[in-house]
Amino acid sequence: MGCGRVGAALAKMLDADGHDVTVLDIRPDAFKRLPVDFKGVKHVGNGIDQDVLARVGLADADAFVAVTQGDNRNVMATQMAKHLFGVRRTLCRIYDPIREEIYGDLGLETISPTLIGAMMLKGMLDSEPAPKVEAEAEA
Amino acid sequence: MYIIVVGAGKVGYYLAKELLEAPEGHEVLVIEQDAAKCERVTQELGDIALRGDGCEAATMEKAGFGRADMVIAVTGDDEDNLVVCQVAKARFSVPRTVARINNPKNESIFKRLGIDTTVSATAAILAQIEQELPTHPLIHLLQLKGGGLEIVEVKVPKSASVVGQRIGELLLPQQSLITLIVDSDGTPRVPGNDTVIRAEDQVVAVTRTESGDALRGVLTNSASAGAYGRRQ
Repeated sequence: MGCGRVGAALAKMLDADGHDVTVLDIRPDAFKRLPVDFKGVKHVGNGIDQDVLARVGLADADAFVAVTQGDNRNVMATQMAKHLFGVRRTLCRIYDPIREEIYGDLGLETISPTLIGAMMLKGMLDSEPAPKVEAEAEA
Repeated sequence: MYIIVVGAGKVGYYLAKELLEAPEGHEVLVIEQDAAKCERVTQELGDIALRGDGCEAATMEKAGFGRADMVIAVTGDDEDNLVVCQVAKARFSVPRTVARINNPKNESIFKRLGIDTTVSATAAILAQIEQELPTHPLIHLLQLKGGGLEIVEVKVPKSASVVGQRIGELLLPQQSLITLIVDSDGTPRVPGNDTVIRAEDQVVAVTRTESGDALRGVLTNSASAGAYGRRQ
Protein backbone atom coordinates (compact mmCIF):
# COMPACT_ATOMS: atom_id res chain seq x y z
CA MET A 1 0.00 0.00 0.00
CA GLY A 2 1.53 3.25 -1.22
CA CYS A 3 3.39 3.37 -4.53
CA GLY A 4 5.88 6.09 -3.67
CA ARG A 5 9.61 5.69 -4.12
CA VAL A 6 9.93 3.09 -1.39
CA GLY A 7 6.74 1.25 -2.29
CA ALA A 8 7.62 1.07 -5.97
CA ALA A 9 11.20 -0.04 -5.29
CA LEU A 10 10.01 -2.75 -2.90
CA ALA A 11 7.32 -3.94 -5.32
CA LYS A 12 9.92 -4.16 -8.09
CA MET A 13 12.25 -6.27 -5.92
CA LEU A 14 9.50 -8.62 -4.77
CA ASP A 15 8.21 -8.99 -8.33
CA ALA A 16 11.73 -9.81 -9.55
CA ASP A 17 11.96 -12.48 -6.82
CA GLY A 18 8.88 -14.14 -8.29
CA HIS A 19 6.24 -13.16 -5.71
CA ASP A 20 2.65 -12.28 -6.62
CA VAL A 21 2.59 -8.57 -5.85
CA THR A 22 -0.39 -6.20 -5.70
CA VAL A 23 0.32 -2.48 -5.41
CA LEU A 24 -2.38 -0.21 -4.03
CA ASP A 25 -2.32 3.56 -4.35
CA ILE A 26 -4.95 6.25 -4.29
CA ARG A 27 -3.35 8.13 -7.23
CA PRO A 28 -3.15 6.36 -10.59
CA ASP A 29 -0.11 8.51 -11.47
CA ALA A 30 1.89 6.77 -8.76
CA PHE A 31 2.17 3.57 -10.81
CA LYS A 32 4.44 5.41 -13.27
CA ARG A 33 7.21 4.66 -10.78
CA LEU A 34 6.90 0.92 -11.46
CA PRO A 35 9.06 -0.57 -14.21
CA VAL A 36 7.30 -1.27 -17.53
CA ASP A 37 7.85 -5.01 -17.15
CA PHE A 38 6.22 -5.13 -13.68
CA LYS A 39 4.09 -8.28 -13.65
CA GLY A 40 2.04 -7.56 -10.53
CA VAL A 41 -1.41 -6.02 -10.13
CA LYS A 42 -1.88 -2.24 -9.86
CA HIS A 43 -4.96 -1.18 -7.99
CA VAL A 44 -6.24 2.37 -7.54
CA GLY A 45 -8.02 2.77 -4.23
CA ASN A 46 -8.03 3.97 -0.66
CA GLY A 47 -6.06 1.57 1.54
CA ILE A 48 -7.90 2.48 4.72
CA ASP A 49 -11.25 1.44 3.24
CA GLN A 50 -11.90 -2.16 4.23
CA ASP A 51 -14.02 -2.78 1.13
CA VAL A 52 -11.04 -1.80 -1.02
CA LEU A 53 -8.73 -4.03 1.00
CA ALA A 54 -11.17 -6.91 0.56
CA ARG A 55 -11.36 -6.27 -3.18
CA VAL A 56 -7.59 -6.49 -3.65
CA GLY A 57 -7.72 -9.89 -1.96
CA LEU A 58 -6.01 -8.99 1.29
CA ALA A 59 -7.51 -12.00 3.08
CA ASP A 60 -5.42 -14.26 0.83
CA ALA A 61 -2.19 -12.28 1.22
CA ASP A 62 0.82 -13.66 3.07
CA ALA A 63 2.17 -10.21 3.84
CA PHE A 64 1.08 -6.57 3.85
CA VAL A 65 3.34 -3.51 3.84
CA ALA A 66 2.06 0.03 4.46
CA VAL A 67 4.34 2.73 3.06
CA THR A 68 2.13 5.73 2.25
CA GLN A 69 3.28 9.22 3.23
CA GLY A 70 0.83 9.28 6.14
CA ASP A 71 1.87 7.63 9.40
CA ASN A 72 -1.71 7.40 10.56
CA ARG A 73 -2.93 5.91 7.32
CA ASN A 74 -0.20 3.28 7.56
CA VAL A 75 -1.07 2.54 11.17
CA MET A 76 -4.77 2.16 10.44
CA ALA A 77 -4.33 0.02 7.32
CA THR A 78 -1.79 -2.24 9.01
CA GLN A 79 -4.09 -2.84 11.96
CA MET A 80 -6.97 -3.64 9.61
CA ALA A 81 -4.75 -6.07 7.68
CA LYS A 82 -3.71 -7.76 10.90
CA HIS A 83 -6.98 -7.78 12.86
CA LEU A 84 -9.69 -7.81 10.17
CA PHE A 85 -8.03 -9.82 7.43
CA GLY A 86 -5.70 -11.99 9.49
CA VAL A 87 -2.61 -11.30 7.36
CA ARG A 88 0.33 -13.16 8.88
CA ARG A 89 3.05 -10.55 8.34
CA THR A 90 2.19 -6.88 8.43
CA LEU A 91 4.86 -4.20 8.19
CA CYS A 92 4.20 -0.55 8.91
CA ARG A 93 6.35 2.47 8.16
CA ILE A 94 5.97 5.27 10.69
CA TYR A 95 8.10 8.40 10.25
CA ASP A 96 7.41 9.70 13.78
CA PRO A 97 9.77 7.74 16.08
CA ILE A 98 7.48 8.14 19.09
CA ARG A 99 4.45 6.78 17.30
CA GLU A 100 6.68 4.03 15.93
CA GLU A 101 7.62 3.02 19.45
CA ILE A 102 4.00 3.12 20.66
CA TYR A 103 2.71 0.92 17.86
CA GLY A 104 5.70 -1.37 18.18
CA ASP A 105 4.67 -1.86 21.80
CA LEU A 106 1.12 -2.53 20.64
CA GLY A 107 2.41 -5.45 18.61
CA LEU A 108 2.89 -4.09 15.10
CA GLU A 109 6.06 -4.71 13.11
CA THR A 110 7.10 -1.12 12.61
CA ILE A 111 10.01 0.77 11.10
CA SER A 112 10.93 4.42 11.45
CA PRO A 113 13.13 5.54 8.55
CA THR A 114 13.61 8.85 10.36
CA LEU A 115 15.52 7.26 13.19
CA ILE A 116 17.36 4.79 10.97
CA GLY A 117 18.34 7.56 8.53
CA ALA A 118 19.58 9.81 11.30
CA MET A 119 21.59 7.01 12.87
CA MET A 120 23.18 6.11 9.55
CA LEU A 121 24.09 9.73 8.87
CA LYS A 122 25.62 9.99 12.32
CA GLY A 123 27.57 6.78 11.72
CA MET A 124 28.92 8.27 8.49
CA LEU A 125 29.96 11.47 10.25
CA ASP A 126 31.60 9.56 13.08
CA SER A 127 33.82 7.57 10.75
CA GLU A 128 36.29 9.11 8.32
CA PRO A 129 35.65 8.07 4.72
CA ALA A 130 38.23 5.76 3.15
CA PRO A 131 40.66 7.79 1.02
CA LYS A 132 39.57 7.73 -2.59
CA VAL A 133 41.61 5.90 -5.18
CA GLU A 134 42.62 8.40 -7.85
CA ALA A 135 41.18 6.50 -10.80
CA GLU A 136 37.82 6.34 -9.09
CA ALA A 137 37.83 10.04 -8.33
CA GLU A 138 38.41 10.83 -12.01
CA ALA A 139 35.57 8.60 -13.12
CA MET B 1 -14.14 16.94 33.74
CA TYR B 2 -11.09 17.82 31.73
CA ILE B 3 -12.06 17.21 28.11
CA ILE B 4 -9.66 17.51 25.17
CA VAL B 5 -11.15 18.02 21.73
CA VAL B 6 -8.84 17.32 18.78
CA GLY B 7 -9.84 19.15 15.61
CA ALA B 8 -11.46 22.59 15.49
CA GLY B 9 -13.46 22.25 12.31
CA LYS B 10 -17.21 22.80 12.52
CA VAL B 11 -17.81 19.73 14.67
CA GLY B 12 -14.95 20.47 17.06
CA TYR B 13 -15.81 24.15 17.36
CA TYR B 14 -19.46 23.66 18.26
CA LEU B 15 -18.66 20.70 20.46
CA ALA B 16 -16.20 22.79 22.47
CA LYS B 17 -18.71 25.63 22.67
CA GLU B 18 -21.47 23.36 23.95
CA LEU B 19 -19.15 21.73 26.48
CA LEU B 20 -18.13 25.14 27.81
CA GLU B 21 -21.75 26.21 28.12
CA ALA B 22 -22.75 23.01 29.91
CA PRO B 23 -23.82 23.55 33.54
CA GLU B 24 -21.25 20.98 34.74
CA GLY B 25 -18.49 23.51 34.05
CA HIS B 26 -16.05 21.37 32.11
CA GLU B 27 -12.47 22.33 31.49
CA VAL B 28 -12.04 22.20 27.72
CA LEU B 29 -8.98 22.31 25.48
CA VAL B 30 -9.08 22.29 21.68
CA ILE B 31 -6.08 21.13 19.63
CA GLU B 32 -5.88 22.34 16.05
CA GLN B 33 -3.09 22.57 13.48
CA ASP B 34 -4.58 25.35 11.39
CA ALA B 35 -3.70 28.84 12.65
CA ALA B 36 -6.90 30.50 11.42
CA LYS B 37 -9.13 27.88 13.08
CA CYS B 38 -7.16 28.25 16.32
CA GLU B 39 -7.58 32.01 16.17
CA ARG B 40 -11.33 31.67 15.72
CA VAL B 41 -11.59 29.44 18.79
CA THR B 42 -9.55 31.88 20.85
CA GLN B 43 -11.57 34.90 19.70
CA GLU B 44 -14.96 33.31 20.19
CA LEU B 45 -14.51 30.85 23.03
CA GLY B 46 -11.52 32.15 24.97
CA ASP B 47 -8.01 30.95 25.58
CA ILE B 48 -8.71 27.26 25.12
CA ALA B 49 -6.92 26.51 21.84
CA LEU B 50 -3.57 24.79 21.47
CA ARG B 51 -2.00 24.91 18.05
CA GLY B 52 -0.30 21.69 17.07
CA ASP B 53 -0.61 18.18 15.64
CA GLY B 54 -2.87 16.26 18.00
CA CYS B 55 -1.29 13.00 16.84
CA GLU B 56 2.13 13.98 18.08
CA ALA B 57 3.20 12.95 21.56
CA ALA B 58 4.86 16.32 22.20
CA THR B 59 1.59 18.15 21.60
CA MET B 60 -0.29 15.64 23.71
CA GLU B 61 2.18 16.10 26.51
CA LYS B 62 1.76 19.87 26.37
CA ALA B 63 -2.01 19.53 26.31
CA GLY B 64 -1.97 17.45 29.45
CA PHE B 65 -3.38 14.22 28.07
CA GLY B 66 -2.15 12.56 31.23
CA ARG B 67 -4.83 14.22 33.33
CA ALA B 68 -7.62 14.24 30.72
CA ASP B 69 -10.86 12.50 31.66
CA MET B 70 -11.94 12.31 28.06
CA VAL B 71 -10.39 12.77 24.63
CA ILE B 72 -12.67 13.42 21.67
CA ALA B 73 -11.12 13.23 18.20
CA VAL B 74 -13.25 14.97 15.59
CA THR B 75 -10.93 15.78 12.71
CA GLY B 76 -12.22 15.01 9.23
CA ASP B 77 -9.96 11.98 8.84
CA ASP B 78 -10.79 8.61 10.37
CA GLU B 79 -7.14 7.53 10.52
CA ASP B 80 -6.14 10.64 12.50
CA ASN B 81 -9.01 10.18 14.93
CA LEU B 82 -8.01 6.55 15.41
CA VAL B 83 -4.39 7.38 16.20
CA VAL B 84 -5.28 10.24 18.58
CA CYS B 85 -7.48 7.88 20.58
CA GLN B 86 -5.11 4.91 20.49
CA VAL B 87 -2.11 6.96 21.60
CA ALA B 88 -4.26 8.65 24.27
CA LYS B 89 -5.08 5.20 25.64
CA ALA B 90 -1.73 3.50 25.20
CA ARG B 91 0.59 6.27 26.33
CA PHE B 92 -1.54 8.50 28.54
CA SER B 93 -4.10 6.02 29.91
CA VAL B 94 -7.00 8.35 29.11
CA PRO B 95 -10.09 6.63 30.58
CA ARG B 96 -12.52 7.57 27.82
CA THR B 97 -11.89 8.14 24.13
CA VAL B 98 -14.40 9.15 21.48
CA ALA B 99 -13.65 9.10 17.75
CA ARG B 100 -15.64 10.60 14.93
CA ILE B 101 -15.74 8.30 11.90
CA ASN B 102 -16.78 9.04 8.34
CA ASN B 103 -16.90 5.49 7.03
CA PRO B 104 -19.52 3.71 9.16
CA LYS B 105 -17.78 0.41 8.41
CA ASN B 106 -14.87 1.53 10.58
CA GLU B 107 -17.00 1.26 13.69
CA SER B 108 -16.19 -2.36 14.48
CA ILE B 109 -12.44 -2.12 13.88
CA PHE B 110 -12.24 1.04 16.02
CA LYS B 111 -14.03 -0.76 18.85
CA ARG B 112 -11.69 -3.68 18.46
CA LEU B 113 -8.68 -1.40 18.63
CA GLY B 114 -9.80 -0.04 21.97
CA ILE B 115 -11.69 3.15 21.11
CA ASP B 116 -14.50 3.50 23.67
CA THR B 117 -17.04 5.29 21.51
CA THR B 118 -17.38 5.99 17.80
CA VAL B 119 -19.73 8.57 16.34
CA SER B 120 -20.67 8.52 12.69
CA ALA B 121 -22.78 11.22 11.08
CA THR B 122 -23.10 8.98 8.04
CA ALA B 123 -24.56 6.16 10.13
CA ALA B 124 -26.87 8.56 11.98
CA ILE B 125 -28.29 9.95 8.75
CA LEU B 126 -28.66 6.45 7.31
CA ALA B 127 -30.63 5.39 10.37
CA GLN B 128 -32.96 8.34 9.86
CA ILE B 129 -33.51 7.44 6.22
CA GLU B 130 -34.25 3.82 7.03
CA GLN B 131 -36.79 4.96 9.58
CA GLU B 132 -38.48 7.35 7.19
CA LEU B 133 -38.56 5.13 4.15
CA PRO B 134 -41.02 2.27 4.14
CA THR B 135 -39.44 -1.02 3.14
CA HIS B 136 -41.83 -1.37 0.23
CA PRO B 137 -42.19 2.06 -1.28
CA LEU B 138 -45.07 3.46 -3.19
CA ILE B 139 -43.74 4.59 -6.52
CA HIS B 140 -45.46 7.61 -8.01
CA LEU B 141 -45.80 6.94 -11.73
CA LEU B 142 -48.00 9.73 -13.00
CA GLN B 143 -49.98 12.66 -11.66
CA LEU B 144 -53.31 12.87 -13.48
CA LYS B 145 -54.32 16.34 -14.57
CA GLY B 146 -56.72 17.88 -12.09
CA GLY B 147 -58.84 16.04 -9.57
CA GLY B 148 -55.91 15.08 -7.28
CA LEU B 149 -55.55 11.60 -8.71
CA GLU B 150 -52.33 9.81 -9.50
CA ILE B 151 -51.12 6.49 -10.80
CA VAL B 152 -48.86 4.58 -8.44
CA GLU B 153 -47.09 1.26 -8.26
CA VAL B 154 -46.68 -0.99 -5.23
CA LYS B 155 -44.90 -4.30 -4.94
CA VAL B 156 -46.68 -6.87 -2.80
CA PRO B 157 -44.22 -8.47 -0.35
CA LYS B 158 -44.37 -12.20 0.40
CA SER B 159 -45.41 -11.46 3.96
CA ALA B 160 -48.38 -9.26 3.02
CA SER B 161 -51.75 -10.30 4.39
CA VAL B 162 -53.41 -9.60 1.02
CA VAL B 163 -51.55 -12.47 -0.63
CA GLY B 164 -54.20 -15.03 -1.67
CA GLN B 165 -57.09 -12.58 -1.32
CA ARG B 166 -59.44 -11.56 -4.13
CA ILE B 167 -59.43 -7.91 -5.14
CA GLY B 168 -63.16 -7.74 -4.38
CA GLU B 169 -62.35 -8.54 -0.74
CA LEU B 170 -59.83 -5.75 -0.29
CA LEU B 171 -60.72 -2.67 1.72
CA LEU B 172 -59.16 -0.11 -0.57
CA PRO B 173 -59.22 3.61 0.25
CA GLN B 174 -61.95 5.73 -1.35
CA GLN B 175 -61.52 6.30 -5.07
CA SER B 176 -58.64 3.86 -5.35
CA LEU B 177 -58.73 1.46 -8.23
CA ILE B 178 -56.40 -1.39 -9.06
CA THR B 179 -55.91 -1.14 -12.82
CA LEU B 180 -53.12 -3.53 -13.68
CA ILE B 181 -51.12 -6.32 -12.07
CA VAL B 182 -47.77 -7.55 -13.37
CA ASP B 183 -46.78 -10.79 -11.71
CA SER B 184 -43.26 -11.75 -10.68
CA ASP B 185 -42.36 -13.32 -14.04
CA GLY B 186 -43.45 -10.19 -15.91
CA THR B 187 -46.91 -11.26 -17.17
CA PRO B 188 -49.51 -8.49 -17.03
CA ARG B 189 -53.07 -9.20 -15.89
CA VAL B 190 -56.09 -6.94 -16.10
CA PRO B 191 -57.62 -7.43 -12.69
CA GLY B 192 -61.26 -8.00 -11.90
CA ASN B 193 -63.01 -8.52 -8.57
CA ASP B 194 -62.10 -12.22 -8.61
CA THR B 195 -58.44 -11.73 -9.40
CA VAL B 196 -56.27 -13.14 -6.62
CA ILE B 197 -53.26 -11.14 -5.36
CA ARG B 198 -50.05 -13.10 -5.40
CA ALA B 199 -46.75 -12.52 -3.64
CA GLU B 200 -44.39 -10.19 -5.47
CA ASP B 201 -47.11 -8.84 -7.76
CA GLN B 202 -46.49 -5.36 -9.07
CA VAL B 203 -49.76 -3.57 -8.54
CA VAL B 204 -50.51 -0.46 -10.57
CA ALA B 205 -53.36 1.59 -9.16
CA VAL B 206 -55.13 4.90 -9.48
CA THR B 207 -55.54 6.63 -6.15
CA ARG B 208 -56.15 10.00 -4.59
CA THR B 209 -52.85 11.66 -3.77
CA GLU B 210 -53.67 11.75 -0.07
CA SER B 211 -54.62 8.05 0.00
CA GLY B 212 -51.30 6.75 -1.28
CA ASP B 213 -50.02 5.74 2.15
CA ALA B 214 -53.22 3.95 3.03
CA LEU B 215 -53.20 2.06 -0.27
CA ARG B 216 -49.62 1.01 0.28
CA GLY B 217 -50.57 -0.15 3.76
CA VAL B 218 -53.37 -2.37 2.43
CA LEU B 219 -51.09 -3.99 -0.14
CA THR B 220 -47.95 -4.43 1.94
CA ASN B 221 -48.88 -4.85 5.61
CA SER B 222 -48.26 -8.22 7.10
CA ALA B 223 -51.12 -9.67 9.13
CA SER B 224 -49.79 -8.33 12.42
CA ALA B 225 -49.11 -4.74 11.37
CA GLY B 226 -51.47 -1.79 11.67
CA ALA B 227 -53.37 -0.14 8.87
CA TYR B 228 -50.90 2.59 7.99
CA GLY B 229 -47.81 0.88 6.72
CA ARG B 230 -45.14 -1.18 8.28
CA ARG B 231 -42.13 0.88 9.22
CA GLN B 232 -38.84 -0.60 10.26
